Amino acid sequence: MSDLNTQRRQFLKTTLGAAAVAIAPGMLLFDVAHGNPQAAASGKVRWGMLVDINQCKDGCNDCVTACNKENGLSGGTKSTDPQWIRKISIKDVSTGHEQSLPMMCQHCEHPPCVDVCPTQASFKRADGIVLVDRHRCIGCRYCMMACPYKARSFVHEPLENQNPDVPRGKGTVEACNMCVLRIDNGLQPACVEGCQNKAILFGDLNDANSEIAKKIQSVASVQVRADLQLNTGIRYQGL
Amino acid sequence: MKLLLSLLFCLCIPAVFAAEANTPKLDIGKGGQCVKDTQWMRINHMHLLIHQRDEAVRKGIRSEQISLKNCVDCHASTKDDSVVARDDSFCVGCHRYAAVSIDCFECHASKRKIALANKDAQ
Repeated sequence: MSDLNTQRRQFLKTTLGAAAVAIAPGMLLFDVAHGNPQAAASGKVRWGMLVDINQCKDGCNDCVTACNKENGLSGGTKSTDPQWIRKISIKDVSTGHEQSLPMMCQHCEHPPCVDVCPTQASFKRADGIVLVDRHRCIGCRYCMMACPYKARSFVHEPLENQNPDVPRGKGTVEACNMCVLRIDNGLQPACVEGCQNKAILFGDLNDANSEIAKKIQSVASVQVRADLQLNTGIRYQGL
Repeated sequence: MKLLLSLLFCLCIPAVFAAEANTPKLDIGKGGQCVKDTQWMRINHMHLLIHQRDEAVRKGIRSEQISLKNCVDCHASTKDDSVVARDDSFCVGCHRYAAVSIDCFECHASKRKIALANKDAQ
């Protein structure tokens, strides 16, 4: 009887040990998805940004320039030119107080663009980045109408010599993709790097130890159109 | 029987030559085998590309080996750095022969990354 028990214990120990060895690398991969292009985007992560408007200078366009260069945008501002990030100025008419801030896709937790897309081309990746799958996009532009932030653009003209890392083409809708390839390679989005005043902080909102999570806990920040309850990934400080 | 077989064999030789003569001659760029052998790739490359694009775009799994960018980097012509610029370019040659249109390069870059980078620098 005791013999049998020992064997059973031995068996359980070995099986559990083997299971742990088999599962551990998977768990580790899950955590280091940032900076490992071969690993899938992790649902544990939620990428986000905190824009400190007090640091954002009126007339400075560095984030827009960096975005245009990274993604191969023309930099034009006509209504038919794709713009992934815009600098906008707002003024309190009663006091005359003016502020300048960057506005782009807010990477909502509940994105209206994804709700309305008839082909599921608009989608939210596991790590919270809202993207357009251009292979599926039919250019109907429902998402552009649904977006409360006017963040999406339609490509009207044929394009040539695109950046090999950022495929773009006529007839599809596009928007800020938070420089998804840079993130997968462990880099920061281009606008964050391009901002000389360090007004944009990028990081994982779900990781309590990340700089951004600590900062949104300690300073007051708001979501634009919070009343829509979209829970945006981009937050503004000083708005 | 032997005579018949040799006769058949003789008949086959011109057929083989004819088939060879009709197939497109491609500018394979750097060439070489990195994913699978040539015959397998001729038949199956589209399945790899479609599978890889969905994994990469929707899940964020970016394979180091299987990627359209890597195909272009190796197979673009050494003369003009492109896979679609001429009639014998790597992609165009076969696709025109098989009458299968490709729209990959309406969005994706058809040139080597280095070539585009050099152009930007100038």
